[in-house]
Amino acid sequence: MQQFSRLIFTLAQSTKTNEKLDALGRYFATANEQDRPWVLALFTGRRPKRVVNSTQLKQWSIAMAELPEWLFEECYHTVGDLAETIALLLPPPETKAQPQPLHHWLESLLRLEKATEAEKETFIRSAWDQMEHTERFVFNKLITGGFRIGVSQSMIVNALAKTYQIAPATVSHMISGNWDPRQTTMEALLNEENSNTDDSKPYPFFLAYALEAPPAGLGAPEEWQAEWKWDGIRGQMIRRNGQLFIWSRGEELITEKFPELTALLHALPDGTAIDGEILAYDQQQDRPLPFQALQTRIGRKTITKKQLQEAPVIFHSYDLLEWQGQDIRGWPLQERRRLLESLVAQIHQPALKLSPIIPFPAWDQLAILREQSRNNGSEGIILKRCSSAYQVGRRRGDWWKWKIDPYTVDAVMIYAQKGHGRRSNLYTDYTFAVWNGDQLVPFAKAYSGLTDKEIAEVDSWVKKNALEKFGPVRTVKPELVFEIAFEGIAASGRHKSGIALRFPRIHRWRRDKPVSEINTLDDLKKLLGTTPS
Amino acid sequence: MESVLTFTERGIYCPAGDFYIDPWKPVPRAVITHAHSDHARWGNQHYLCTKDSVPLLQLRLGKDISAQGLPYGETLHFNGVTVSFHPAGHMIGSAQVKIMHQGQTWVVSGDYKTENDGISGAFEPLKCQVFITESTFGLPIYHWKPQAAIMDDIRLWIHENEQSGKNSILVAYSLGKAQRLLYNLRNAVPRFLVHGAIYNAHEVLLRQNWPLPPVELITPDTPKEHFRGSLIIAPPSTADSAWMRRFSPYSLGVCSGWMQVRGNARRYNADAGFAISDHADWRGLLQTIRYTGAEKVFVTHGFSSVLARYLQENGLQAEEVKTAFGNEEEETTA
Repeated sequence: MQQFSRLIFTLAQSTKTNEKLDALGRYFATANEQDRPWVLALFTGRRPKRVVNSTQLKQWSIAMAELPEWLFEECYHTVGDLAETIALLLPPPETKAQPQPLHHWLESLLRLEKATEAEKETFIRSAWDQMEHTERFVFNKLITGGFRIGVSQSMIVNALAKTYQIAPATVSHMISGNWDPRQTTMEALLNEENSNTDDSKPYPFFLAYALEAPPAGLGAPEEWQAEWKWDGIRGQMIRRNGQLFIWSRGEELITEKFPELTALLHALPDGTAIDGEILAYDQQQDRPLPFQALQTRIGRKTITKKQLQEAPVIFHSYDLLEWQGQDIRGWPLQERRRLLESLVAQIHQPALKLSPIIPFPAWDQLAILREQSRNNGSEGIILKRCSSAYQVGRRRGDWWKWKIDPYTVDAVMIYAQKGHGRRSNLYTDYTFAVWNGDQLVPFAKAYSGLTDKEIAEVDSWVKKNALEKFGPVRTVKPELVFEIAFEGIAASGRHKSGIALRFPRIHRWRRDKPVSEINTLDDLKKLLGTTPS
Repeated sequence: MESVLTFTERGIYCPAGDFYIDPWKPVPRAVITHAHSDHARWGNQHYLCTKDSVPLLQLRLGKDISAQGLPYGETLHFNGVTVSFHPAGHMIGSAQVKIMHQGQTWVVSGDYKTENDGISGAFEPLKCQVFITESTFGLPIYHWKPQAAIMDDIRLWIHENEQSGKNSILVAYSLGKAQRLLYNLRNAVPRFLVHGAIYNAHEVLLRQNWPLPPVELITPDTPKEHFRGSLIIAPPSTADSAWMRRFSPYSLGVCSGWMQVRGNARRYNADAGFAISDHADWRGLLQTIRYTGAEKVFVTHGFSSVLARYLQENGLQAEEVKTAFGNEEEETTA
């Protein structure tokens, strides 16, 4: 565990990719053999199931630290991270036991799944009692999840590629899919011969880069294929050996969540993998439903009949990655596309749609079409080079997303709250309001969009201009005006303003605008009809 | 009976003695706990502070201020009010102010720390009826490691930097923290290189015979070979600035109580955060308050509402007081 703690702290403290890669490389070359697959699992979103919840951790640590609950809460608001708060508040360890390796703690935690609450408490408290501050922090993080240490999937892949001398794209594929860190070793995982035994194994997703300049710079229009960009769940549908698997981009198996799609099992031939987007869809109107509809389907274990009726989903196919058991990602896009078109036509299922190609003879005509994205429910255009292979990860060059400009409104900050992690102790989370008559109505919360310098400035302003305190929230003088950008807007019965925004964030600080001139709720409601989400 | 001290919009005021303690607006007579800018402000007609603080006040506020220095423990009388200074352990010259009037004793803590850092004077616990305490680090998450352990951490960090070919830069507030580091690391490195802000204070203190090691001022002409193996000390304002780039490749260590929370270290883009503070931690605050035996505690700058509530729940009469003492110094450093 100590070696893992050191890794975590090195990764957290370093801001340079190369240093992080080195640290990961050193770890994988020298760490305890049983720990290594666990670390890979943790860094690739294969976190073990949570066996103890935050409330339990909080209660047990309060008991051990002998503090009133309100004081614990105050500390939590300042630290911004539960795992760290607990590690800072626990009394020093009573017994200095032999340090245990990472896999010991993770496997012990997994065994707690069926334990009673009392057994869990005994285990966690005795574990805390054997650890120093940093170990406690890491242990708590293993339970609560999310290290936020800036390690991306591609960084892990590159570190393994370097350590084990395998091409990054191959590593990426080898470590995808279903595997259990308790039952495998790095050697088995990164062994070419074993990697085909898992029927569910998905291919790494290829992701588009945001277009920064007008597309005219990309070259001749006929070398490019344009499609609408949809806001659903990016997914990969695989049929192998008579089984159907659907993966999300987060490498989560989501087959069970979409019974409408499981019917495709019988229609698809064995040895097929399709890249696409899961969308809630209105079959009669032949267009996607707003994203909110799809949201009713996410994060649910059981799906009700009503949800199935109100938000039926389809698989909107973009690309064909495997055909007749053969990996065809290296083929040119136009050839993969030809196969995909004939496949979709052949099996002819309403749940499997083809992402249409938008014909455009010239870039300026595509620009005009892009302006209409909102009318058909999409959020812009995706451009793919016709000759391109299906690559791994987010890369420049062959796939670009050309999104429509966001909506913007001017609004005033009325509440502020301290942030988490890197921004704990700073007021970084703000609630904004617009006018409704002579009242200010809160309508959006935003956490991002300011520079560190601006955040520091707003933070010190909040500290001087706080009016009231409600737990962690401060109400402030309505004075600071910001331009808020967002991707979509929908009517909402759950919000006081009657509207809900999609992806609100701070576009810029309008120091030039007085509060009297910000937008009104009516301005926002006028946008309601114009957006898909 | 009249209150010995009152809280006014100019600052903490003693009506019987007609003086203010660390006023934030100009007044005729100011009693100053220590030379930091949120406590010793510009524009007062007359300053009374510890003898050790006088040169630092002059450095900050100008040679021509009217300042009187009083040794620790000696008393002075204003209209029957007795005033004395007692070591606060916060920085060189820092003091708690004890005010006695008609059988009542009040103590204003200023900023204080309970651990003896070797150069700022050993904190003197005082008995009083009313105690006015700071609360900069008034949360139980703040508990400092002993200074010796932190200095070991810093030495190890310097050593690791040398191993990996990096220069070591410590960011520390120029008045207080910088001297604490210089004194305690005096044998750890062959050479100290310091920023101008630290150099100025250092010159003043050397003239007063403080046992500080020699330092070299960083100028555009400082040879690059001097960087390697030296410890570079700079104030917080230089972190990640163009000024700092000349030391590349370097490792940046930030010395501040705020480094206790990981997020803050990352906010500074620090390569290492050392939670070393010149303020009392949670336990230090509670021990000090208990020792005073005070019937009434006023809690100023910091986590004042938290500490006041905690004291109330533990049977003390405590009240939060708004002051203009910032912790700007600590926040931006420190």
